[in-house]
Amino acid sequence: MSENCEYRERVLTMDTMNPNVKRVEYAVRGPIVQRAVQIERELMMGIKKPFTEVIKANIGDCHAMGQKPITFFRQVLALCSYPDLLEDSKFPEDAKSRACRILQACGGGSLGAYSTSQGIELIRQDVARYIERRDGGITSHPDNIYLSTGASDAIMTMLKLLVSGEGMSRTGVMISIPQYPLYSAALAELGAVQISYYLDEDNCWSLDISELQRALQEAKKHCSPRALCIINPGNPTGQVQSRQCIEDVIRFAAAENLFLMADEVYQDNVYADGCTFHSFKKVLFEMGPEYSEKVELASFHSTSKCYMGECGFRGGYMEVVNLDPEVKVQLTKLVSVRLCPPVPGQALLDVVVNPPQPDEPSYDTFIKERTDTLATLAEKANMTQDILNQVPGIKCNPVQGAMYTFPRIHLPPKAIPEAKEKGQAPDMFYCMKLLEETGICLVPGSGFGQRDGTYHFRMTILPSKEKLKIVLAKIKEFQQHFMEQYS
Amino acid sequence: MSFLKEISPLVNNYFLSGTDVLSRRAAQITAEIQQGERRSYNEVLDLSSGDLHRGGIKPITFVRQVLAACFYPALLEEDSLPLDVKQRAESLLRECDGGSIGSYTDSSGIAKIKHCVSQFITRRDGGVPSSPDNIFIKSGSQMALMIMLKLLIRSDDSCRTGVLIPVPTYASFTLALEKQGAAIIPYYLCEEQGWTLQVEELRRALNTGRKTCNPVALYICNPGNPTGHIQSRKSIEEVIRFAAEEKLFILADEVYQSCMYGDDTEFHSYKKVLSEMGSTISSTVEQASFNSVSKGFMGECGLRGGYVELVNLDPAVKEYASRLLSTRSCPPVVGQIALDLMADPPKPGDTSFPTFSEEVQSIKNTIGKNTVRILEVFAELPGISCQPLKAGYFVFPCLHFPPKAIKWAKRRQMEPDMLYCLHLLEESGLHVRPGCEYGQRKDSYHIRLFVATQENIMEDALQRLKTFHTQFMKEFS
Repeated sequence: MSENCEYRERVLTMDTMNPNVKRVEYAVRGPIVQRAVQIERELMMGIKKPFTEVIKANIGDCHAMGQKPITFFRQVLALCSYPDLLEDSKFPEDAKSRACRILQACGGGSLGAYSTSQGIELIRQDVARYIERRDGGITSHPDNIYLSTGASDAIMTMLKLLVSGEGMSRTGVMISIPQYPLYSAALAELGAVQISYYLDEDNCWSLDISELQRALQEAKKHCSPRALCIINPGNPTGQVQSRQCIEDVIRFAAAENLFLMADEVYQDNVYADGCTFHSFKKVLFEMGPEYSEKVELASFHSTSKCYMGECGFRGGYMEVVNLDPEVKVQLTKLVSVRLCPPVPGQALLDVVVNPPQPDEPSYDTFIKERTDTLATLAEKANMTQDILNQVPGIKCNPVQGAMYTFPRIHLPPKAIPEAKEKGQAPDMFYCMKLLEETGICLVPGSGFGQRDGTYHFRMTILPSKEKLKIVLAKIKEFQQHFMEQYS
Repeated sequence: MSFLKEISPLVNNYFLSGTDVLSRRAAQITAEIQQGERRSYNEVLDLSSGDLHRGGIKPITFVRQVLAACFYPALLEEDSLPLDVKQRAESLLRECDGGSIGSYTDSSGIAKIKHCVSQFITRRDGGVPSSPDNIFIKSGSQMALMIMLKLLIRSDDSCRTGVLIPVPTYASFTLALEKQGAAIIPYYLCEEQGWTLQVEELRRALNTGRKTCNPVALYICNPGNPTGHIQSRKSIEEVIRFAAEEKLFILADEVYQSCMYGDDTEFHSYKKVLSEMGSTISSTVEQASFNSVSKGFMGECGLRGGYVELVNLDPAVKEYASRLLSTRSCPPVVGQIALDLMADPPKPGDTSFPTFSEEVQSIKNTIGKNTVRILEVFAELPGISCQPLKAGYFVFPCLHFPPKAIKWAKRRQMEPDMLYCLHLLEESGLHVRPGCEYGQRKDSYHIRLFVATQENIMEDALQRLKTFHTQFMKEFS
C-alpha cells in the first residue's frame, strides 16, 4: 500500500466475509501439506536435512506416486483431442473406434464444445449400461445419471439440495467418524448440522446400527436429520462393508426417512480375502420393492481412484434413485449453473465404462495393466498393515480396500502437553515432527475425526513398493524414538 | 412423497423461465427430422450458445497437438508432431506430479501455469505487475466467479447481500446469484447509446438497492454478453471511482477480451485502468477479474479452464479463498494446460507459428465478415434494429413488435420474444435465444444470436431469419 493513501476499510474483510467460509477446513491439503511444500523448496535451495526428498503420502494421488496410466485410455483421449491421429497407424483400431464414437457425440465433433450440464447423453447411456452389468442386470436409467467434475462436485450438489431450514429444522447430515473431510467441509460451508456417528475401530472400523441410532436420536433434539453418508470402501479407514451391513443401513435409512449418499469411488480397490464390493443400489434392489421403491439414494463414482488414478481429469458421476421428479428438475437446474463437467473427463469416463473386450486388439495389454496395478496395491496394503502392526505403539486395522491406512498411535504421556503448548492437536504434533525428521508427509487423524483421546494418522499405500518399505521402516524408527523421547 | 420436496429454498427460486422449452424443442425437432419427418428445412441451425466448435469452427491445431502429447506422451517419441509442440508438452508434463496429467495439482493451479498467466496479464496491461499469488485457476471462469460470490454473500443474514448486475446479463449468472442467496440489484445498460454503462444509472440502482439489502459488489461484463459492447477507458474510470466512493467490490468478467472487431475498438482491462488511477484508488479498490479459454479464438468451453486475478484483497480473506478452493481438490489439468497455451501461444519464429496465426486470422475474418453481413441484413428488415457490434460472440438486436404481436403473446401468457423464438424455431429451424432470458427494459424485446459460426451457416441463418421475420411483421401489422 502506498504511503499517501488514506486508510479505507475494505469491503471484504474477515468480519464481512460469509461466516460459513471460516469454518471450512480440509486437512488433506491443510497446514501439514503447506509445510511439506515449504520443506521441498528448502531442499531445492540446498538446505541440508536428514532426508533428501519429501514423500507425499498424504493425498490419494496414484500417478504422483508412480502408478502408470492405462495406455488404452490415454490413446483414446489423444485421438479425441487431435483427430488427425486417426490416420496414424500406431494407434489400435479399438481405440480409434471409441474415439470416433465419442467425438460424434460432442458438439462440432470437438472435446472443446460445451456439453449439456447433465453430461453427454451417449456417455450417460454407457455409464447406465456399466452399472447394469456391474449390478447383475438391475436397470439403470441414463436420465438418473449426472456426470460431474469428479465425485466431489456431485456430492456438493446433492448436499446443496438437501440443506435447508433453520434452528430446529436445519438439515442434519450423518457422516462417519472418521470421514473424508470433504463432507465436514461441505457441511460447514453450507451451514448444515454435522451428525457424527462413530465407526467401530475394534471391529475393523465396521458400521454399527446401534451407533447410528444413538447419533440420530441425539441429533433429533437440535436439528432435522435428513441424510446419511457412507463411504464404501472407506476413506480413511479402508473397510469394505459386508452385504449384511449394507442391508442394515438401508433398513435404517428406510425406517428413519433418511436420504442415502453412497460414496463408492474406491469400488475396484478391494484387497482382503472374503471382502467384496456390494453397491448400495444392487443391495437396495435385491431387498425388494418395499425398499427399492422407497429409499432415496445417490451413489457416487469417479475416474480418480481404482486402477485408473486419473484425478487430474475430474471425471465422475452420480446415479440417483427414487428422486422426486420435481426435485430432479431442481437438480438439473442446479447443475446447469456450473455449465458442464470437463468434457475430457466425460470422455475418459466413457472409456472406463467401455474398456477393451476380449476380442479386441488392446484387450491383453489392458487386462495386464489393470491386474498389475490392482495386485500391486493389494500387496502394498498387506505389507503396510503387517509392518505397522509390528511397531510398538502403532495398531493397524486390516486395509481391506481403498488406498489408505489409518493406524492408531499411542502417544507417550509427555507428548500431549508439549503438543498443547505448541497449540497443535497431539497427532498433528506427531505428524509435523515426523515430517521435519523424515520428510514423510501424512495427515493427522484429527483431520478426519476420531474418538476423544485417540490419535491416528492417515497414510496412503501409493508409494512404490521399494519406497513404501523405506517409508514404513522410517515410521517405525521414528515411532520408537518418539516413544523414548516423550515417555 | 419425498421430504426433499421441501427443497432448499435457495435452489427453488430461479430467474429463468422457459429456458428448457426452446432447447428441448430444438432437440425434438432434430430427432424428428432424423426419423424422416419432412420440414421446410433439413436441419436445425443452433445459434443459441456461445460455443465456437459447435458452430463449426475448428480447434487451434497447436492446442490440440500439445494436449494429445500430454494425454499420450508416447507421441513425444514420434516424428509426427512439430518440435515446439513436443517441447511445450514436455515442459508442461515436467510440472505434473509423476509426469502425468492424471495427477492432482495445487488447488489454485500449477505454479508454472499461474506464472505464465501472470506474465500474459502483465504484457496485456503494458507492464502492470501481476503476481501468481493473486491468481486462482478454476474449472472455468464461472466457477471462479462462484467462489468469489461464496465469499461475498452472507446468505444467513436477515438483510441480504446485494450484487449489482447489468441488464441485460447472461442467464446462468443470474441463476447462480439466486442460488447463493444474493439480492440482485439490476442496473440498465443504455441501449440507445450502444449499451453503455451510465454512472447515474448505477447510482440510481444502488440507492434503490440500499432500501432492501446490503449491496457489496458490482458485477461488470466487459466486453458485454449479450450486448457486444466495449467499455471506453473513461467509462471504466468512472465505474471504478463509483465503486471506490460507494465501497463496492468489483467483479470484472472479461472473458471476451480477445473477441474484438473493428479497428477502432480497444480492450482496457479493469486492472490496468485501476492501476493508473492514483494511489488512493489503485491501492484500495478491491477487484476480481475473470478470464477463460472458453471464448476468444480458442473456444475451448468443454475443457473448463479459467482464472480469477484478485486485486487489493485482504490477505486473511485470500487465505480463506484458498482454503475454499482446496476442498474442490484441483481444477482439471487439461483446462490448466489450455490456459497456458492461451497465455503463451506460438510466437514468430516458432515452427507452429505460421499455421497458428493463419488459423487465428481465419477465425477473426469469419467473425468480422459475419458481423458485417448481420448488420446488412438487419438494415433491410423492418422492426429490427441493432446497436454497433464491437466485441464478444453475440448480437442482441431489438425487435420492435407491432401491438398485435404483443397482444398475441399476452394471450398465450408468454413473453413476446420467447414466442417469437419458438415460432422461429418451429417454422424456420433457427434456434436463437429470447431477450427475456437476459433481462431488458419493460416493453422492449430482443433476440440473441451467436455470430462466431462458419460463414455459410451464418448466411443460411440470416436468410431463414429474414424470411421468417418479414412474414411475421406482415402478419402482425
